[in-house]
Amino acid sequence: MPSLLFCGPKMAACGIVISIWGVIMLGMLGIFFSAKSAVLIEDVPFTEEDIRNDKSPPQAIYGLYNQVGINCFIAAAVYVAVGAVSLCQVRLNKRQEYMVT
Amino acid sequence: MGDLFRSEEMTLAQLFLQSEAAYCCVSELGEIGMVQFRDLNPDVNVFQRKFVNEVRRCEEMDRKLRFVEKEIKRANIAVIDTGENPEVPFPRDMIDMEATFEKLENELKEINTNQEALKKNFLELTELKHILRRTQQFFDEGFLVQMEDPSLLEESNIPLEPTEANRGVPLRLGFVAGVIGRERIPTFERMLWRVCRGNVFLRQADIEDPLEDPSSGDQVYKSVFIIFFQGDQLKNRVKKICEGFRASLYPCPETPQERKEMAAGVNARIDDLQMVLNQTEDHRQRVLQAAAKTVRVWFIKVRKMKAIYHTLNLCNIDVTQKCLIAEVWCPISDLDSIQFALRRGTEKSGSTVPSILNRMQTKQTPPTYNKTNKFTSGFQNIVDAYGVGSYREINPAPYTIITFPFLFAVMFGDLGHGVLMTCAALYLVLRETRLIAQKNDNEIFGMVFAGRYIILLMGLFSIYTGIIYNDCFSKSLNVFGSGWSVRPMFDVRVGGNWTFTVLEENKLLQLDPAVEGVFKGPYPIGIDPIWNIASNKLTFLNSFKMKMSVVLGVIHMLFGITLSLFNHLYFKKPLNIYLGFIPEIVFMTSLFGYLGLLVFYKWLAYDARTSRGAPSLLIAFINMFLFSYSDPSTQLYTGQKVIQSLLVVIALACVPCMLIVKPLILRRQYLWRKNLGTQNFGGIRVGNGPTEDEAGIIEHDQLALNTDEEPEFNFGDVAVIQAIHTIEYCLGCISNTASYLRLWALSLAHAQLSEVLWTMVLHIGLSSTNFAGAPVVFILFAAFAVLTVCILLIMEGLSAFLHALRLHWVEFQNKFYTGQGFKFLPFTFDSISEGKYDD
Repeated sequence: MPSLLFCGPKMAACGIVISIWGVIMLGMLGIFFSAKSAVLIEDVPFTEEDIRNDKSPPQAIYGLYNQVGINCFIAAAVYVAVGAVSLCQVRLNKRQEYMVT
Repeated sequence: MGDLFRSEEMTLAQLFLQSEAAYCCVSELGEIGMVQFRDLNPDVNVFQRKFVNEVRRCEEMDRKLRFVEKEIKRANIAVIDTGENPEVPFPRDMIDMEATFEKLENELKEINTNQEALKKNFLELTELKHILRRTQQFFDEGFLVQMEDPSLLEESNIPLEPTEANRGVPLRLGFVAGVIGRERIPTFERMLWRVCRGNVFLRQADIEDPLEDPSSGDQVYKSVFIIFFQGDQLKNRVKKICEGFRASLYPCPETPQERKEMAAGVNARIDDLQMVLNQTEDHRQRVLQAAAKTVRVWFIKVRKMKAIYHTLNLCNIDVTQKCLIAEVWCPISDLDSIQFALRRGTEKSGSTVPSILNRMQTKQTPPTYNKTNKFTSGFQNIVDAYGVGSYREINPAPYTIITFPFLFAVMFGDLGHGVLMTCAALYLVLRETRLIAQKNDNEIFGMVFAGRYIILLMGLFSIYTGIIYNDCFSKSLNVFGSGWSVRPMFDVRVGGNWTFTVLEENKLLQLDPAVEGVFKGPYPIGIDPIWNIASNKLTFLNSFKMKMSVVLGVIHMLFGITLSLFNHLYFKKPLNIYLGFIPEIVFMTSLFGYLGLLVFYKWLAYDARTSRGAPSLLIAFINMFLFSYSDPSTQLYTGQKVIQSLLVVIALACVPCMLIVKPLILRRQYLWRKNLGTQNFGGIRVGNGPTEDEAGIIEHDQLALNTDEEPEFNFGDVAVIQAIHTIEYCLGCISNTASYLRLWALSLAHAQLSEVLWTMVLHIGLSSTNFAGAPVVFILFAAFAVLTVCILLIMEGLSAFLHALRLHWVEFQNKFYTGQGFKFLPFTFDSISEGKYDD
């Protein structure tokens, strides 16, 4: 049976830490973008036209906010997957340890 | 209580140990680790001491064990560490132990020599086997060539097979076969060619499998060679060259028949040898495995014994040879447990005469001993790294527990980074026992682990300052709603002057807090989040952080000076209070304490409407020293001129107090003391000598004799020292206050760096208008995380740590801490049982 183990214990632990951090932070960022936080306005990619050509301001900006928020949620979801994979790796590494010794 | 604030009270004590009980008593004292032995024979050299023979025997046993350990390591057998702490063996067990180790060592040595001989034999046979196989090939080839094309051979005139050659050419060719290291072949070949002028013929073939060198155990690659030549002279030359190249030559029979027979014989012998070798290896493994189980315990036992004999060597031997006299430093609070240990030692040795502990009076400075636990030891180390405190001096460590992480956090203020740091430290703290058991040898990890509680507090305080600065990965959290509003700026009724055309025309507009409704009041905790997106954020934050640094610095230094008061009170030096502490604290408060008050005054006295006319504190402070009050716009409050002038005069008046008055009074006191006990008879002073009770109480302590002389008073020295101290203090007040501005500078640097990291990395990922941004966010977040940890947490954290360290060592501790003591180094087995042993 081909082994599903492809990274060592340290790499897996690192993966878990980054994914926990990533899930929390990107999830929070996603929530804040969806809530249209004013502090995050600098990170919203709006242009001069978005403001001027807006039929019912500030819906265009809100749309961008939502888009960025969704991106954050997607990235957070990817980190959930990375975390799950890392967790499996940790388990496999542990099993490996038992089998060797 | 009070243990933490000053070092332990120590006493010098004499131990009278009965000769037969001395060993057990010292071993019990080593187990509790409470006493520091003093060397009572400093002028006796190492070889003349009493227990030198025993120490030497222990060293010999240690050497044998090290040899066994080395062998165990070489055989890749893990030494079993059960964490057991064995009792010290009795001296009578020493012979048994020596015998055991001797036997083990001899057995191992014998196995090793046998194995080496066997391996050498094996190597020779293997080489011979290869030679026979390869040369057979050469001869066969030669035979084939001859069969196919005899004319070719005729021309070259070198028949390869001597037996065949006899038929055609009447030449008698000799040959030599051997084995040589593969890397030597080219030079070997060239040398042969040159020395024999091309008259020899060399054939060589590589041996594919590496052979094991028996002496070093390395795997070496070798080649088989065979050299054909003619005549004895060439033979001698060839042999010499082979010797020179350290090639091993083997006899090779000439006829194929003999070769075949020989090969069969060699193979049979190799098989036998292999079997013997395997058995030897098995035996060796068994011996080593048995040793690996107990080697750690043996090590500890031997090293404890050695430590005990070494300590006994420090003791004085009584003239009657009945008892040993030791002098020890020990903490007064632990005298009971020391007594108890002595009693246990006496009982164990079966002696009936108890060992006696006798406290002594001495004028020598005792060692400094601060009791620590796993939480305080990190902070005590920070203090001790600067200098071990003088005996019974105020110990800065308890205050450092709070001030150190706090000043660190002022420079490291970021909620997000603080949380990360706290999580890392929490991991270390919660998994403490497991991590200790793992015995990680990594030096850097060891350092971080030793400071885990410091890091935990630093993280927690960083969270607090992060909330105050309202910074989380350089973004602000708007929990309570900003106190600023833009709407009233458009309302003409309350004084707003913004219109939409104004908005169109201007790139940058400033809110006016004087307009009613624009500023509704301060944010409940920390900095208002609106400053995070304001363009004049830095101007505001710099002003705030600079003032904060000065205020914190002044408080910290005033606290340090106050601690010096407790030192003077404890050591009963009233002069230092009146002419040291009081002028110092007056000087500090009247100048920099006043500056701190001005900062608070300015924060309170000016509101949004009047803030435009608020004078600069810096200018006001400079003018205070220049006594220049001509410009009425720089006046902060009425009566400022009088108060400030008074403060400056008071501060300046403090300087001569410290500078001149103190040495003069010291001189007076000295003269008065000198004349004490003498009487003036007609202008001639007559003394009545030392009184009976002063003289010779502590005669028996030979080391105390030369130290109780009172130092000679030299007015010049005292004056110079006092001048240096005064100048250092007064200039130090100014430079140290300025030095606390590093709090502002580093916190600014940290905030800017984290903002740069956000805009350069994560911002790029976020600023995408479609779903393509999601994978970019995913990748860039990983980069952001790694960079945050490497640069902001580790690098910036280290720099903030160093600056906090400096603020404590220089700015805080030089106000009260002498740090000229020497550390209490008790005789203990702790380091031996942990396996860390260096003589």
